[in-house]
Amino acid sequence: MNTEPTMQLPGQWSTFGVGYDWLFYFIYWLSVVLFVAVVGAALYFVVKYRRRPGVKSEPTGHYLLLEIGWTVSPLILLVMLFHWGFAGYVSLTAPPPDALDIRVRARKWSWDFEYPNGGHSQDELHVPVGRPVRLILSSEDVIHAMYIPGFRVKRDAVPGSYSTLWFEATHVGRTRYFCAEYCGAAEQPVHEADGTDRYTGHFSMNGWVNIHPVDGPAAESVSGENTWRSGWASYLENVLRAPIDPATGHEVTPAQWGELLYARNQCNTCHSVNGSAMTGPTWQHMFGQNVDLADGTHVLVDENYVRESILQPAVKVVRGFNPVMPSYQGSLTDRQLDALIAYIRTLR
Amino acid sequence: MATEVAVAPGHHEDEPDHMANYLIAARGVKSWLVTLDHKRIGVMYLASVILAFFMGGMFALLVRLELLTPGRTIMGAATYNRVFTLHGAVMVFLFIIPSIPAAMGNFILPLMLGAKDVAFPRLNLLSFYIYVVGALFSLFSIISGAVDTGWTFYTPYSTTSSSSVVSMTLGVFILGFSSILTGLNFLVTIHKMRAPGLHWRRLPLFVWGMYATSVMQVLATPVLAITLALLAMEKVLGLGIFDASLGGDPVLFQHFFWFYSHPAVYIMIVPGMAIVSELFATFSRRAIVGYFAVAMSSLGLALLGFLVWGHHMFTSGQSEFSTMLFSALTMLVAIPSGVKVFNWTLTLYKGSIWLTTPMLYALSFLVLFTIGGLTGLFLGTLSTDIHLHDTYFVVAHFHYVMMGGTVMGFLGGLLYWWPKITGKMYDESLAKVSWFFVFVGFNAVFIVQFIMGSRGMPRRYYDYVPEFRPYHQFSTVGSWILAVGFFILAYVLVKSLRSGAKAPPNPWGSAGFEWNTATPPIMQNFAVTPTITRGPYDYHEATEEELWDGFPEDFKKSEP
Ligand code: HEC
Ligand SMILES: [Cu+2]
Ligand SMILES: [Cu+2]
Repeated sequence: MNTEPTMQLPGQWSTFGVGYDWLFYFIYWLSVVLFVAVVGAALYFVVKYRRRPGVKSEPTGHYLLLEIGWTVSPLILLVMLFHWGFAGYVSLTAPPPDALDIRVRARKWSWDFEYPNGGHSQDELHVPVGRPVRLILSSEDVIHAMYIPGFRVKRDAVPGSYSTLWFEATHVGRTRYFCAEYCGAAEQPVHEADGTDRYTGHFSMNGWVNIHPVDGPAAESVSGENTWRSGWASYLENVLRAPIDPATGHEVTPAQWGELLYARNQCNTCHSVNGSAMTGPTWQHMFGQNVDLADGTHVLVDENYVRESILQPAVKVVRGFNPVMPSYQGSLTDRQLDALIAYIRTLR
Repeated sequence: MATEVAVAPGHHEDEPDHMANYLIAARGVKSWLVTLDHKRIGVMYLASVILAFFMGGMFALLVRLELLTPGRTIMGAATYNRVFTLHGAVMVFLFIIPSIPAAMGNFILPLMLGAKDVAFPRLNLLSFYIYVVGALFSLFSIISGAVDTGWTFYTPYSTTSSSSVVSMTLGVFILGFSSILTGLNFLVTIHKMRAPGLHWRRLPLFVWGMYATSVMQVLATPVLAITLALLAMEKVLGLGIFDASLGGDPVLFQHFFWFYSHPAVYIMIVPGMAIVSELFATFSRRAIVGYFAVAMSSLGLALLGFLVWGHHMFTSGQSEFSTMLFSALTMLVAIPSGVKVFNWTLTLYKGSIWLTTPMLYALSFLVLFTIGGLTGLFLGTLSTDIHLHDTYFVVAHFHYVMMGGTVMGFLGGLLYWWPKITGKMYDESLAKVSWFFVFVGFNAVFIVQFIMGSRGMPRRYYDYVPEFRPYHQFSTVGSWILAVGFFILAYVLVKSLRSGAKAPPNPWGSAGFEWNTATPPIMQNFAVTPTITRGPYDYHEATEEELWDGFPEDFKKSEP
């Protein structure tokens, strides 16, 4: 595995690299062979059968077998390609359960990354090497997309719902990420002090993914382009620090904040966290399970379902309960929803 | 004002002469504007789409010029976004969709069918004027601030953008009706107006292509109309259909949009294939191998075209199950496309190949479309698409299909039928020079875009990171070569109109039915309704005069 780019592909920085590049080059060489065969034959015929005085074309015959042959045989190749592509895609959509969750919020035209301890970074993503990482994407305005070419992954960040993407970095260092879904630009550039104009927009929503070693120098001893050299634990603790709750003076993680919201918004009048059913279902062991709905179907409790249950409780009603839960549309912010979900996740 | 036009004795000035050349059968601007003659309507469409192509091309040159250097070259970011949107919207909605069906289809289809006109001549004129009105609305958006959404109008960007999205979508909405009416007209014409003896098995492949295209136009375009209407309603009335903050679903728009726009890809490419089939037959003097398979593959593409829209949305968060289904169905598209390419290639075998400029364009189609199709494999395969989606790889892929395919077919058809339409020949050697520049320039622009795309350059970027600079510069220089090619071509055509030699009735020695009538055709197409006794590619049954008319003497004499 190599972090240097090849002729056609960027360097390989994640566990997806090898398999991806193999499939890519397989299709590439397949295409080269087919192209040379078709175009070569065509050019050969054009030269060989060019119009000459006294030579007539031969009437077209029937080539039934050939006809059937080139209709059916590509099918075999296509099924193969589909199968490999689908297998690769499935591994892209199934993060291991122990993945480190990072919340990614996109807005015009910057990215905010929130780490499990509640700390944030803007426009620079920090991840540990050799550990699966799951990005939970959302957007505050229009559709954006997180694209990390070195990892061979991409996923849209859609307003109003969550989407996820995962990877496991294989090398320490840094590689670029981009916004891949067109999201406009500022009407006017910013005039810098040195007289230049700085434009912002879709094209400027990019930055570096810093891949930290698990152990390494303390965060204070490295800076700038070398930030990625510092050890992951030290960086998380000292730079991506958890925010301080002004009320208590303690650091709070999103899950702890969610617990506070659970009490403050009176969710606890209807939902328990100890397994006993009240007016509403308990939150214990709820996340990640299938629940039966009143209409006879069932649904997996994931981020999107919980979000929908809070904002539009009447859409999917849990079997055995009355649809009495009020909607929190407009009264909880996106951040508060994220925190509640983080809390509910810890109860599984 | 007294008219200066000489009028034949006993012939009233306002009454067109149905047996005269259609270009002079009636005179004056008004006789064109209110004409019901499919040929004149076709010519008016042709002039309009060429104008649109010129505009779209200028926008493309501006886009490429801006990308010559990183950062600002000639315009700001907001302007750049408008320019590439206009390039896409003008090329797709004003040029490529009407190009072959409305312009050439209108002119050639009734001639191939041995008919006097299309089934509904008035509807035909109406659809031309709807096109004009739609075009004016779209162009109005340019002076009222222009659109910066990309030609795809994705929500919620488009519903929140301050640019003039409403007039643009309204324009596209109106253009859609023109497309629907043309499709409807052609379907009825093909079913009802075929000359005696022209049964389905003898239908020229161009007509088969038009038939498949018309089906798609009639069935898919209404969905676009509804989608754009909903978009405008959301923007103007604040209805929450696509906007998540109003309780809508932004991805729903993409489903609706691509439900039209994927079939639209085939509305664009199938007519190109249709022309190329004619060119291969004529210039190889041989029936297309697997006539029936080629005809059916057009219908196959039309059908599959409706089932694969989700392949534009593999990263959008649609369910894994639909993603799998769309990938599998997309793979199937390779089969009818492959059938065409293989059959065309085999048609050359043991043919008698004449490398005129139209044939060079047909061969370019074969080469470029093959590249476009093969690179489609990377995009239909799920895991490879994830990395390539929304990068320059996709930009290069669809330009190889749309420009390397449809535009090459259009240019081939334009030169092939130029004598039929204008009655004049063009300068063949200069046309070959222009073809050379177009072919080389096109490849220079887009081949590097594959590489920068697979190396991670996202599309619709005003600025880029330093490592992509050499690719962008190569591509921009290519765009200048391409432009030179088109300017030479424009010169060739203008020169032909002004001083071209008079065209013989069948300059290419084709057995196709459209050459059965005068060149240029008389106003009512055929003096008497022709009776068809052979297929359009039965070269061994065509008479010698048919095939050798207008050929250099030594070719004729040396015939055994
Ligand atoms: C008035 C009582 C009540 C209150 C207050 C209430 N809920 Fe509910 N909740 C319910 C009931 C009843 C259900 C089950 C019926 C349904 O699905 O709508 C439910 C279902 C849910 C579910 C889906 C549970 C599952 O097992 O699928 C979630 C998640 C949820 N509520 C979250 C919240 C949150 C977060 C709050 C506080 C901000 C809250 N609820 C406040 C009554 C309540
Ligand atoms: Cu963005
Ligand atoms: Cu498509």
